[in-house]
Amino acid sequence: MTDLQTPPAQEKSYSQGQLVRMRFFRHRGAIVAMVVLAVIVLVAFTSIGIGPIPGWWDKVPEAPYEKIGTGAPTWEHPFGQDTIGKDYFALVMLGTQKSLIIAFGVGVISTLIGTVVGAVAGYFRGWLESLLMRLTDLLLVIPLLVLAAVLGKMASAWGIWGLTIVLGIVLWTSLARLVRGEMLSLRERDFVVAATAVGTGSGRIIFKHILPNAIGTIIVSATLTISSAILLETSLSYLGYGVQAPDTSLGLLISDYQTAFTTRPWLFWWPGLMILAIALTVNFIGDGLRDAFDPRQNRTKA
Amino acid sequence: MTTLDITSSSDATSTGAAVLSFTDLEVTFGTEFGDVHAVKGVSLEVRPGEVVALVGESGSGKSVTSTTALGLLPANARVSGTVRVGDKVVGELDQAGLRTMRGNDIAMVFQEPMTALNPVLTIGDQLTEALQLHGIAYGKQAMARAADLLRMVGIPEPERRLKQYPHELSGGQRQRVVIAMAISCDPKVIVADEPTTALDVTVQADILDLLRSLKDKLDTGILLITHNMGVVADMADRVAVMLRGDLVETGTAEQVLTNPQHEYTKKLLGAVPHLGEGVGQAEVAAGQASEPGRVKPALALDNLVIEYHRLGKPAFRAVDDVSFTVGPGEIVGLVGESGSGKSTIGKCALGLIPAVSGGVRILGEDYAALGKKQLKALRRRIGVVFQDPAASINPRFPVGEAIAEPLAVHQVGDAASRHDRVLELLDAVELPRSFYNRYPHELSGGQRQRVSIARALTLEPELLVADEPTSALDVSVQASVLELFTSLQQRFGFACLFVSHDLAVIDLLAHKVVVLQDGRIVEQGDRDTVLRNPREDYTKRLLAAAPVPDPAEQRQRREDRHRLLAELGDEVVELRVGG
Repeated sequence: MTDLQTPPAQEKSYSQGQLVRMRFFRHRGAIVAMVVLAVIVLVAFTSIGIGPIPGWWDKVPEAPYEKIGTGAPTWEHPFGQDTIGKDYFALVMLGTQKSLIIAFGVGVISTLIGTVVGAVAGYFRGWLESLLMRLTDLLLVIPLLVLAAVLGKMASAWGIWGLTIVLGIVLWTSLARLVRGEMLSLRERDFVVAATAVGTGSGRIIFKHILPNAIGTIIVSATLTISSAILLETSLSYLGYGVQAPDTSLGLLISDYQTAFTTRPWLFWWPGLMILAIALTVNFIGDGLRDAFDPRQNRTKA
Repeated sequence: MTTLDITSSSDATSTGAAVLSFTDLEVTFGTEFGDVHAVKGVSLEVRPGEVVALVGESGSGKSVTSTTALGLLPANARVSGTVRVGDKVVGELDQAGLRTMRGNDIAMVFQEPMTALNPVLTIGDQLTEALQLHGIAYGKQAMARAADLLRMVGIPEPERRLKQYPHELSGGQRQRVVIAMAISCDPKVIVADEPTTALDVTVQADILDLLRSLKDKLDTGILLITHNMGVVADMADRVAVMLRGDLVETGTAEQVLTNPQHEYTKKLLGAVPHLGEGVGQAEVAAGQASEPGRVKPALALDNLVIEYHRLGKPAFRAVDDVSFTVGPGEIVGLVGESGSGKSTIGKCALGLIPAVSGGVRILGEDYAALGKKQLKALRRRIGVVFQDPAASINPRFPVGEAIAEPLAVHQVGDAASRHDRVLELLDAVELPRSFYNRYPHELSGGQRQRVSIARALTLEPELLVADEPTSALDVSVQASVLELFTSLQQRFGFACLFVSHDLAVIDLLAHKVVVLQDGRIVEQGDRDTVLRNPREDYTKRLLAAAPVPDPAEQRQRREDRHRLLAELGDEVVELRVGG
């Protein structure tokens, strides 16, 4: 009989990061989602170009073109044309660009704020924790949409960046609570006590010893924040509190053309499809990461 | 169902039909890194009224073997060979059949009684559950039966206990409840998986007494899984030694323990620290302790009091009026059972818990009077080794970085000199230099503990606090780690506060011994005085309860212990049938 007992760990050395990567790449749904998202990002930014850099698509979103029939999708205008003849592909790509920038910007800002607030509250405890967590609670009890709408209106002067910052400021609360919970359990672990006993300072303990061990929670939560940010932006823009013309976004496109839904349904479907695709792929990636970081946990949505 | 003949098989060599038998058992687990062959063709029998001990180190497949008997293996396991419980073949039963078998024919006693009991159900609910599931008794009748069971395992006031929750009971009582649950449906065989490992040594002796009376009075077969040779000597009729999924040696307890044939068994037995043989081994440990009074002690505790604050209750006094000193280059063993405050004292010596009153002077400095900078400077001179090496090394750090961490914290040297220092330390703790880039989860328990010792020595501390550094390790690993520890202590000459519950380990290492009970010092002095001629009853009890890996000697010790208990006015724990 062959001896299969040799522990695999002795053959090759894997770091935890490598293990996570291996498990992630075995998650088919997440890989497909990542490819789809990459294609969306690539097409959105290269087709019509960013700012002064021109893209490969020969039409611009601003100018109207000669209308072909009712404006339904044709080879000339794959996404169709709007009521006055603007190329809808270019418009949707512009909207996707802005929506993606907002979503990822919000993801980064809210993750930074949430991690720092949660880490500081969970590690230092005491009055600092009370202060930070009551602040978090305060933000949580106000309906998110109302808060974002009011702040969004105030920040609309700074364009989409203003909206990004505002959404980042309202979306960090759930992550702060998660990180605080992780901190509370990790700070009692022996390796943290050992680090303290050596004389390690608080900053180093938080950022070098504890947070890397909470990275799974943080990354997973960040991806899910991105998908909720894109939905929140869409709802706000639809309601007229988000992105303002002349800027555009997927939500604003839907809102602008909602009256055309019965006569020109493609004006509704294309931006809707993009929103769906982005939100779904980001969620799938989040799920894949969650499974990769915690192999024991089954795929259950929180 | 066959009825067992209870009268015939009271002696160990009875020829009654086996109540549990494994024939050519093989278990393979499919994991994400390929298959792991955990059990490779094990054949074993347990007869009524017989205790068969399955011995081996962690990872040898002993627990896997026993779980197959209950059909409780996870879904990724493939089993071949036959497992019979009584007249049933486990592999052929469907889910309903398995459920009937569990509890009725075979029951299990788990290692950790706290996790084996459901914390949100009362003892009564949990005890009656099995009775009702198997249709033995219902409602009030079941409650009465449950109270009987608790009385049988020696729990006072059973009616009151039934209404309590697991956290209200002590560790030993919880394990008795688990045993009561196991015998509630009169199983023919009980699988006891490390039943005493999580318990204190005096409690362990009680639980072993209880299990022994169980097989004598109920004629139950017991499959005892353990790594503790003392427990084997105390309990087992027959012994089976497992090594990496194979049975390497079987025989009666006398044969295997006194005249082992297989190399591995010999090694395993040789590694067991013997209490009372410390005199011979003392040579190894005799780092010359310098005379007290001349130099500043490494650690001086003076009427130390430590309290834990509890919400809505008066503070809990974990350490009460404790004074002792650790001289430079001296190893002081701090012994006590769980809850005696020994780890709290260790934490206090590290400056992690403040003292309520009394003085803690470390290397001549007083923690309370130090500023932040001075505190950091003082911590440079103290090292620490924790019990669980899996928890005490940051899983995100490769070994080299973990060992170099203290250097980075105190900004000693540059990258190159730190690298050299780490390699030096890897050599010192006898680990290959190639481990530098390995991660802790790739290392075995013993290797991890070596890493954690290396980390403690990085800054050449003058005082080392070791909190149960070997109790999470296998016995042969423990032996090599202890050997390493002593040689390092001689080489670096650090003073050491060595916290342990294991008297044999303390006997091996310490120059001085301090015995703690409930936060107070019971007895302290030289190792020889305390461990050979104890003055206090508590120390005597502790010493009497520690089992030794020799059946004849252990029987003698057991009788001595029962006599001592009688002298001290305590009862020997046993199953009270019909009481």
